[in-house]
Amino acid sequence: MVASLFDPSEENKAIWVLLESAGVELTDVSFELLAKGRELADEVDWPLAGVLIGDRLEHLNSQVLSHQADEVLLLEHPLLEAFTVDAYTQALYAAIMERIPSVILFGATPNSRDIAGRLAVRLRTGLNADCIDLRMDKDRGVLISDVTGFGGGVVALLEMPDHRPQLATVRPGVFHSLEASAPRSDKVRRAKVELDQSVIRTRIIEQVKGEGVSIGQAPVLVCGGRGISGNFEMLTELAELLGGDVGATRPPVDEGYIERERQVGQTGVICHPEIAINCGISGAFHFVVGIQDAEIIISINSDPNAPIFEFSDYCVVGDVEQILPALIQSLKEERVVTHA
Amino acid sequence: MPDLHMAVCMKVVPKPEEIRVDPETRTLLREGARSEINPPDMNALEMALSIKDEAGGRISLISMGPPFVEEYLRVGLAMGADDAYLLTDRAFAGADTLATTYTLAQCLHKIGDVEVVLLGEESSDGATGQVPPGLAEWMDYPLITLLRSLEIDKEQNVLRGRRNVDGGYEILEVPLPAVISVATAANEPRFMDFERKGWAFEDTQVTMWDAQDLSAESQFIGIPGSPTIVTGLEQAASQERKNIFLDGGASEIADQLVKILRSN
Repeated sequence: MVASLFDPSEENKAIWVLLESAGVELTDVSFELLAKGRELADEVDWPLAGVLIGDRLEHLNSQVLSHQADEVLLLEHPLLEAFTVDAYTQALYAAIMERIPSVILFGATPNSRDIAGRLAVRLRTGLNADCIDLRMDKDRGVLISDVTGFGGGVVALLEMPDHRPQLATVRPGVFHSLEASAPRSDKVRRAKVELDQSVIRTRIIEQVKGEGVSIGQAPVLVCGGRGISGNFEMLTELAELLGGDVGATRPPVDEGYIERERQVGQTGVICHPEIAINCGISGAFHFVVGIQDAEIIISINSDPNAPIFEFSDYCVVGDVEQILPALIQSLKEERVVTHA
Repeated sequence: MPDLHMAVCMKVVPKPEEIRVDPETRTLLREGARSEINPPDMNALEMALSIKDEAGGRISLISMGPPFVEEYLRVGLAMGADDAYLLTDRAFAGADTLATTYTLAQCLHKIGDVEVVLLGEESSDGATGQVPPGLAEWMDYPLITLLRSLEIDKEQNVLRGRRNVDGGYEILEVPLPAVISVATAANEPRFMDFERKGWAFEDTQVTMWDAQDLSAESQFIGIPGSPTIVTGLEQAASQERKNIFLDGGASEIADQLVKILRSN
């Protein structure tokens, strides 16, 4: 059997979460990882470390500690200022070999997925990708991951009992973050980082930061599928009236009608709206997993047999092009009345 | 300068909508489920083909799977690829990403002169996106994932690609040889070329390699090479919903919806 570089008898009983930041804030998925990491750490009574990679990151320490990490582990170096998979993987690999943690969680973001994928091979260990739930088996110190496959219809339970560290990635929006509260400690440690320019094979020619779209926490989500023929303006108007945001199934994203960041479901974002309104969506399971936590699901589809109605509280058999303008009109009139 | 040699890794997957779980035995019911080439891998092949159209070069297809995958590789040959390799051996079965990427890497070592390895961003059945970075690591090649466009500069011996992240984008350059993953829907995969069909489906050979051909160490392949074990399988649970159908014309339905929205 393939052996990992260190085995369970050598591990340090600790849980790490790899955090990412956008400007002065940790990203949403980082807070979600801290919350889940806290829960796992409490299950086994191990410490939780929030790991930050970059250059000059002290300003993030307080966010990590107030979100209930037992410590911050800083991996800082001038060559880590911009993300490169080579340098970030090397820095994290060295820290892991020095401290041999049992569990490391990553966000399933483009950059963290690349780091996790390289690390798993370098460490000869397993990587449970896109977990929808995680728990610790207390007696064995083993991480158990729930992952979906085959379009979301199947949940598999995965573990790696004989390999360390136990790596897992989690998509943004799957777990709920905690509010900041009084820190449990003020411990900040710095890992030794030795890097040479020669390890970095990627040259960044141009980098344009966008406004990150984040639909994971929208209270109302208006989603469009193939049946709306790319008419997202109407959905945007409705979403704005309801203080929500717009999502989509895969086909309109693939056809370029709307940004990929708005794709809902198994290969997109898992959302937790109070209300989801599905417009012209047939209801493939890999979409439904992205909204199934909603308190109320409303669906509009011209096909009375569309599977989406099985997953809905309120079902409207009709033409989205007629129902939505009428709904928008009613909401506007209502607003006039309430403001009068 | 020799022609650019590209390899495209392809996986044949069951169509997701045709898979169910047996509630009694908790095993996957694949019977009757039709298969397809993982759609994101078609985007990777299309990207390689468009480079070949412009600058020339040679494309090898690589897949790991049971013998029936051969027919799917022939589809890729008919689209414009030049060679196909099927890594097939019972000993490869049960591979997780660590074992899969090792096996693909052994194949690349054996082929020898591949300079650009293209993969789809993820598979529709596993959807983990971990094969491209894992393969890059076994090969010790640089990696760029989620590319939407690709340019190869043979003189400088580099490739340049654009990836979209967080609503923005970046243009990155790495030296060859390199591994890249192609963003799903980055392009529109072409149809088979009618004139290549006879060659692709009848005349040419798909190279079949087993573990021995690849000099694969048994500890790194299949189940022994896979740290991850599946301990349970279940149909995903779904919440009970009210399933109330609303009646009336558009404006009556709109009024009912407003009430529902406002009461929550």
